[in-house]
Amino acid sequence: MTVQEKYETREFKTVIEVSGPLMFVDLQGMGGVSYGEIAEIITTTGEKRRGQVLDVSKNLAIIQCFEGTSGLETKDTICRFLGETMKIGVSAEMLGRVFNGRGEAIDGGGDIVPERILDITGSPINPSARQYPKEFIETGISTIDTLLTLVRGQKLPLFSGSGLPHNMLAAQIARQAKVLGAKEDFAVIFCAMGITADEARFFRDDFEQTGALDKVVLFLNLADDPAIERLLTPRLALTAAEHLAYDHDYHVLVILTDITAYAESLREVAAARSEVPSRRGYPGYMYSDFSTIYERAGRIHGRKGSITQIPILTLPNYDITHPVPDLTGYITEGQVYVDIGLNRKGLYPPINPLPSLSRLMKDTIGKGSTRSDHKYVQDQLYALYATGKDLRDLVAVVGDESLSDIDKKTLEFAELFEQKFINQDYYEDRSIFESLDVGWELLGIFDDPYRVLKRIPSEVIDKFHPTKRDKKTDFNTINI
Amino acid sequence: MMTTTNTEQIGLIYRISGPVVQASNMLGSKLYDVARVGEEKLVGEIIRLTGDLATIQVYENTEGLTPGEPVHLTNAPLSVELGPGLMRQIFDGIQRPLPVIREVSGDFIARGIEISGLDHKKLWDFAPSLKVGDKVVGGDILGEIPETPTVDFKLMVPPNIQGKLEFIAQRGDYTVDDLSATVVTPTGDKVDLQFYHKWPVRQPRPYHQRLPSNIPLITGQRIFDTIAPIAKGGTGAIPGGFGTGKTVSQHQLAKWSDAKIVVYVGCGERGNEMTDVLREFPKLVDPYTGGPLMDRTVLIANTSNMPVAAREASVYTGITLAEFFRDMGYDVAMMADSTSRWAEAMREISGRLEEMPGEESFPAYLASRIAEYYERSGRVLTIGSKPREASITVVGAVSPPGGDFSEPVTQNTLRIVKVFWALSKDLASRRHFPAIDYLLSYTLYWSALEDYYSENVSPEFPELRAEALALLQKDKELQDIVALVGPDALPPSEKIILETARMLKEDFLQQNAFHEIDSFCSLEKQYLMLKTILRFYEKAQDLYKRGAIVSDIFEHELVVRIARMKYIERSEIETSLNELMKEIDGLTIQAFGVED
Repeated sequence: MTVQEKYETREFKTVIEVSGPLMFVDLQGMGGVSYGEIAEIITTTGEKRRGQVLDVSKNLAIIQCFEGTSGLETKDTICRFLGETMKIGVSAEMLGRVFNGRGEAIDGGGDIVPERILDITGSPINPSARQYPKEFIETGISTIDTLLTLVRGQKLPLFSGSGLPHNMLAAQIARQAKVLGAKEDFAVIFCAMGITADEARFFRDDFEQTGALDKVVLFLNLADDPAIERLLTPRLALTAAEHLAYDHDYHVLVILTDITAYAESLREVAAARSEVPSRRGYPGYMYSDFSTIYERAGRIHGRKGSITQIPILTLPNYDITHPVPDLTGYITEGQVYVDIGLNRKGLYPPINPLPSLSRLMKDTIGKGSTRSDHKYVQDQLYALYATGKDLRDLVAVVGDESLSDIDKKTLEFAELFEQKFINQDYYEDRSIFESLDVGWELLGIFDDPYRVLKRIPSEVIDKFHPTKRDKKTDFNTINI
Repeated sequence: MMTTTNTEQIGLIYRISGPVVQASNMLGSKLYDVARVGEEKLVGEIIRLTGDLATIQVYENTEGLTPGEPVHLTNAPLSVELGPGLMRQIFDGIQRPLPVIREVSGDFIARGIEISGLDHKKLWDFAPSLKVGDKVVGGDILGEIPETPTVDFKLMVPPNIQGKLEFIAQRGDYTVDDLSATVVTPTGDKVDLQFYHKWPVRQPRPYHQRLPSNIPLITGQRIFDTIAPIAKGGTGAIPGGFGTGKTVSQHQLAKWSDAKIVVYVGCGERGNEMTDVLREFPKLVDPYTGGPLMDRTVLIANTSNMPVAAREASVYTGITLAEFFRDMGYDVAMMADSTSRWAEAMREISGRLEEMPGEESFPAYLASRIAEYYERSGRVLTIGSKPREASITVVGAVSPPGGDFSEPVTQNTLRIVKVFWALSKDLASRRHFPAIDYLLSYTLYWSALEDYYSENVSPEFPELRAEALALLQKDKELQDIVALVGPDALPPSEKIILETARMLKEDFLQQNAFHEIDSFCSLEKQYLMLKTILRFYEKAQDLYKRGAIVSDIFEHELVVRIARMKYIERSEIETSLNELMKEIDGLTIQAFGVED
C-alpha cells in the first residue's frame, strides 16, 4: 500500500453521532485507528479542529473533541486520523513565550523550532530513579517557609476558594522563590485552565513587572476557551517543564490553575461517555488521572534540574472533603490552606497553618539548610496557635474569667501570631532568618519560656530566645 | 480438515478502551491467563471470555495500540517467580525489578519490557539438607541458601509434588535455573526441580492447618502494642484521611515489627514515599537482628501514576511472596498502602467492562475480593513432613474519601479485619502523632493475647492497660463538659483525671516516629512508662485527699521528668524508671506546703 492509499483509508466522512464533547466515527470495518491517536476534524466551513481517540474498535472510533463540537454535523464533516498520539515540540526557546491551551504560540512570535518532539502523556518516573527532595526553597513568606516548607521537587497545592487571594499568593511565590546560596537557572511554567482573562493578565503583568517574563512559559486555556482542551493543557505544560528540567538543567516551578476547572472537564467527558459516575458525578478514575499530572513533579538521580508544582484548587463552597481537593490531598505532599476567616480579618496571605501541611519538610529543615532552631520553633508556634484558637472558642462560650495567666498570654499570642507572623505585605520578602526571628519575638511574650515552650529544648531556648541570646552572634546563617 | 500446528495461538485486537482491550480469535484461552498484547507485547491478563472474544486488562499504557494488532497467548496465569533473590528487592506490581527496568529503559518506565522477577545469572551458595533416596512431600526443605545476613533462604519442594529424591545438588554455587533435585513420584514420573518455581498470584498457597492467633506482633509503637495490639497472623486496617499519618504508621510497622520478613506494597501511592523507604531502610538498624532493615524487606511499588491494572495485581503479588516466606517457616508482616487504591483499580476496570455497579460504583464483588485477600493471612502449620509454625500478618491502609469511614472500602474491610486503628484528623491537626484515636480503635485479639502479656511482660500489665483505657474514656466524657462550662466547674477529683489523661496522651500515646530513641519502644519500656504514670495518678489522689492543691501537684518537677521518659535510652530504662517511681512514692504532703 502506498502512503497515499494509506492516507486515504485514514480519512473518514462517516461521522454517525455528535454528542456533548464526543464524536462517533464509523470506520466501516477498516480499523487501522489507534487508541489515543490524534484526529483532525474538518468542518463544513473548512475549519480544522483537534480530537483524540478515546475508544476504538474495527468499526467505531469515539473521539473527544478538544475544541468543542458546535458546528459539527454528520453529513460532510471529515475526520482524518494523523497516525500519532498527542505530541508537542519543545525547546528552550519556549521561555518567554505564550501558548494557547493546545500548545500553539499566540504571542505573534511565530512557531518555535523544536529541539525535541515529545509525547505529552509522559512516562512514569521509575521510583528507584527518584531522588528524595530535600532542598529548601525560600519563598519569603513566613507561614510557608517556617511552617510549611516548600521543597524542590515537591507538589504543594493551594487549597483556596472563590474570592480568596490565591493568585496573588502564587504570583508572590513565583516572584520570590529561591534556593539559599544557589545561583541556578530557574524557570516558571504557568498553566492556566479555565481561569478568566483578567486573572491571566494579572499573572502576566506581575511577571512582566519583575522582569521575570523571559523565564516564564505561559500556557493559557481561559474560561472562554474550549473546556475539553483543558485536559491537554497541563500535560503540554508538564512536557515542556520536563524538557527544561531534564534536558536543560532548569529548576522549574509549575503553577497549575485551576485544577477544579480541569476536573470539571474530566467529568464532562465521562458523563458524555455514559460512564458510571463515582462521587459527585466525577469519574472513578479521577485519582489515577490526577496522579498522572501531579506525579510528574520530582527530582531524578543524576539530573540537575527539578520540577516543583504548585497546583491551585478553588474548593467548591470551601469544602475540603469535596472530591477534587480530597483526591489531590492523597497525591500531593501536603497542602497550603487559604482560609476565608483570616481573609475576612484583612490578613494577607490568609494561610491557616492548622489544616495545612508540608510532608517533605522534616528532612529539609535544620542546620545547614535553614537553621537548627527551625524544627522546634515551627512545632512550638503551631502548638501555641492551635491552643490559642481553642481558647478563643472557649472564651466565646464561657468568658475569660476562668482563664489562667498562661491561657491569657496564649490568647494574646494567637492574635499577635496572626497580625505579625501570618500577615505580611505582598511585596515583602522575608528571609527564613527574619521569619524565625519574628517567631521568637512572639514566643518571647511568655514570662517563663522554659515552662511554657515545652516543645523547645532548654539549650535551644538559651541560644535563640530574644532575651537570652548572645547579641554578638550572627543569626542570619544556616550554620548555627 | 486443517488443524493449527502452531503451539502459539494468535488473537487479534478488536477494541481498545483505556486499560481494557478486547481481542477476537481467542477461543480456547483460559480465564486469568496472561496475554501479550500488540506488537509491543504489553503484559495483560484475560478477565472475561465471551465466545471467541477475550477481554484483557493490560498492565501497561495502551496508547497507540490499534485494532488488528496480534495478541499472543502464554497459556499460563499471572505468576511470580519464587526463589532466592527476593529480599532487598523493589518490584513493580507484576514482579519486575525496578532497578533492572531502569537499566533497560532509563529514568522513566517504558512499555513492553520483559524482565524476570529473579536474577537468573546470580550464583547462590546452596547447602543441601536431604540426600538421595529421602522421601519428600511438598513443603519439605531441600537445603538452605544464606540470602542475606539475617535471612536464610529455604529451598522447598513446591506444593503438590511428592516422591523419592533421585538426585539432589551438592553443596556449591548455582543459578536459579540449575537443577536442584529430581523427584520420582509414586506413579514413576520424574520431576526436575530448579532453584525457583512459579506460582499463580491469585491462587493462595496451601498450608497444613490454621493455628490460633495468640502471640502479639510486637511493633514498638505504644498505641499499637498497649492499646490495640495485633496478633501474629492477624489482620488490621488503618483508615484515615490524607495528612493523618497512614503512611508513617505503615512505615513504622514495617520498620519495627518483630516479623522476620516484611513485604511492603506501595499500591497507588506517592513516588517520593517509595523513594523515602528505599533511602531510609538500608540505613536503619533492625532492633532484633542488628542488621540493616532492608535485609529482611521486599518492596513492591506501583505508584499512582503507574498503570492501573498492575496496581490491581500488586497486592496479589505481595501476598503471594508473603505466603512463600511463610512456607519457609517465617513470621511475615505484609503492609499494603493503600487498599483503597487497589479497590479503585477494581472499580476502574469494572467500569470499563460495563459491569453493573454496586455501592459508590464499586463492583458488586468488592466485599468478596477484600475478604479473600485478608483471608490469606493467618498463623499456620505449614505443609511438609516437618510442619513449621509460621504466620502472615496483614495490615492494610485505607484512604476513605473525605475521611468518611462509612464508605464501602472501609466498611467492607472492617467486617473482615480484627484490629481497627482509626486515624483522626482532629488528633493530626493537634499534632498528636500517631494520630490514632485511642477510643475509637479496637482489637479483637486482646482476650487471646492477654496471657502472653501477663506471662512475658508483667502479670499486672492487663490491669494497668484497663485502668489507662478507663481514664481515657472518663477524660472524653469530662472534656465534653469542659467544652460547655469551662474547666473551673469541675471538682478537683475530676481535674486529677483530666491531668492524668493528659499525661497518658502526651507522655505515653504520643510517640515521635522521627526521634532516634522514641521511634521504637520495647514492651518492657511501655509497661514501665504506663506504670509510672498510673503510680503518679495514685499518688496525686492521695496528696489531694491530704490537702494538696491539684494544680500544684501537676506542676511538680516529677511531672516534667515523666514527660521525658520516652527519651530514655533502652539500657537505662529499668533503673531510671524504678528510680522515678521510688521518688513518686516518696513525695510527701509537706512538699506542697501543707501540714500533715
